[in-house]
Amino acid sequence: MGRTLAEKVWDDHVVRRAEGEPDLLYIDLHLLHEVTSPQAFDGLRLAGRPVRRTDLTIATEDHNTPTLDIDKPIADPVSRVQLETLRKNAEEFGVRIHSLGDVEQGVVHVVGPQLGLTQPGMTVVCGDSHTSTHGAFGALAFGIGTSQVEHVLATQTLPLAPFKTMAITVEGELPEGVTAKDLILAVITKIGTGGGQGYVLEYRGSAIRSLSMEARMTICNMSIEAGARAGMIAPDRTTFDYLQGRPHAPQGEDWDAAVAYWETLATDEDAVFDAEVFIDAAELTPFVTWGTNPGQGAPLGANVPNPEDFADPQERTAAENALKYMGLEAGTPLREVKVDAVFVGSCTNGRIEDLRAAAAILDGRQIAEGVRMLVVPGSVRVALQAVEEGLDKVFTAAGAEWRHAGCSMCLGMNPDQLAPGERCASTSNRNFEGRQGKGGRTHLVSPQVAAATALVGRLAAPADLSDNVAVEV
Amino acid sequence: MEKFTTHTGRAVPLRRSNVDTDQIIPAHWLKKVTRSGFEDGLFEAWRKDESFVLNLPERKGATVLVAGPEFGTGSSREHAVWALQNYGFQAVISSRFADIFRGNSLKNGLLTVVLPQETVEQLWALTEADPTAEVTVDLEAREVRAEGVTAPFELDDNVRWRLLNGLDDISITLQNEADVAAFEAKRPSYKPRTQPVA
Repeated sequence: MGRTLAEKVWDDHVVRRAEGEPDLLYIDLHLLHEVTSPQAFDGLRLAGRPVRRTDLTIATEDHNTPTLDIDKPIADPVSRVQLETLRKNAEEFGVRIHSLGDVEQGVVHVVGPQLGLTQPGMTVVCGDSHTSTHGAFGALAFGIGTSQVEHVLATQTLPLAPFKTMAITVEGELPEGVTAKDLILAVITKIGTGGGQGYVLEYRGSAIRSLSMEARMTICNMSIEAGARAGMIAPDRTTFDYLQGRPHAPQGEDWDAAVAYWETLATDEDAVFDAEVFIDAAELTPFVTWGTNPGQGAPLGANVPNPEDFADPQERTAAENALKYMGLEAGTPLREVKVDAVFVGSCTNGRIEDLRAAAAILDGRQIAEGVRMLVVPGSVRVALQAVEEGLDKVFTAAGAEWRHAGCSMCLGMNPDQLAPGERCASTSNRNFEGRQGKGGRTHLVSPQVAAATALVGRLAAPADLSDNVAVEV
Repeated sequence: MEKFTTHTGRAVPLRRSNVDTDQIIPAHWLKKVTRSGFEDGLFEAWRKDESFVLNLPERKGATVLVAGPEFGTGSSREHAVWALQNYGFQAVISSRFADIFRGNSLKNGLLTVVLPQETVEQLWALTEADPTAEVTVDLEAREVRAEGVTAPFELDDNVRWRLLNGLDDISITLQNEADVAAFEAKRPSYKPRTQPVA
């Protein structure tokens, strides 16, 4: 019987298989950041163990880093200690690091692909659940905890329980104004935050094949929000073209050998998935979340749902809690929900295409009065590219703030946070209670919806804008 | 890792689904570089509410958390497991756990037990009616017991063996170091390395 993409990559990394034991898998690339690694390095020190493969390990600073005044000492002493700890550990153990101020610094899941370190058929891990991003290249990539970080540092392997496979097939063309973000938000709402549990998802079909690498990364990034182990997309010409010429991409004969291997990875025609989900791309519209988990979403044209309409008692209670926290009334059209802040950035939507999409909508317009908008590039390289294209000027002219690279307002670990009760349209990945700051309220959206929302001051899609003037409801 | 064989203690019924790891331990706590001292951050936002179940005097000293489905979703932060352990929890019962959280818990000796939602409801009813009711989580017998409840649970044999013996995963893997070296010798040359390139 044929094998799926995920099964092929898994099989090619089995170091040891024995009855009654989990498979021991080799890890090709280990990404580190400051938050989930200090206790792992401590463990190595305690046991007197070295990092087995420093040449397969790379660190960057992202979660704690400020996006303003990066030339000054970090104001928060606890954040400063955590960053200094990573720097000390990298030096002591001989790990390559890109610190704040370095041209290769940025969000770990933006840095790996742009350096060409993420390639098809690899196993990629990081102490960060959004490691699923790298699956866009046909890599088996997943987030791990700190104990596993230590395990990989010490052994370059992980014992792993077997997984199931789920095909998410999206056929057809995405309608105008509908993006990869809308697609993945719709998938998560459809299968639920636990729907992918135990599965590696493979996104397939004509709508997926027509997407750019950036868009594919957005989709795979949020696989974890459906509870999945990982999300993958078969490598194709789009993947190879993105990789060729990047600093760590293979060259010469190695390139040819690599491509020959990568071309064997796609799921065999006679392979069988454990579960299948079908989505008609033509039916998708801009999608936003209304609740406090990423599965609580709806088309922008819908109303805030009524908890009583949920048959499942757990879901009903969750919806009641969510509306209370979010300060929303059931039945309110989502387009009438006013926002205080807009955030464009993160490992989900902080790449150059995302910034271009937002800039195209903001160009020549002014964001609504009283709305604060942060645009945060995913990496220094993305920032430099944006500046070269003049996007930074578009953002600042529209009234948005153009910041330095980092995780920023995706999570409350650095100075960029919402105040209690503030409502934000955010291109990030989690709308959990307090995720963007204590008491903050998050609506997950695409970069296009974020930009249109900033202009109107209420949740909006680009189609709602009439020329230069925001449409009044 | 501490051994886990069997544990008996009072329970905290947490009637919430989709308790994500940002709720278990908010991000600002993650700046600490130790594995201890997270107890005050556990469910920090909810604990500001006096009526939150963890704040009730009769729940003081409880060691078994009985939670709603999809417990531990979201961020991979192992700090969520440390926070539960630092606070004093020895076991968590739910009908569904997020994968990464579950893996993290079992690597730290925090036993996460999957039981059918109806059994979770029974345990909620029992421990809400009688806060002194004790719940036993028996890993040797693979069984949860409480008044009127005897519920078998499944756990992978290998994981159970490691927990029962408090074994360190890294030491076990390093016993097979020769397999790792043999695999490395055969890796293709086109696989990337992280050293800076010119």
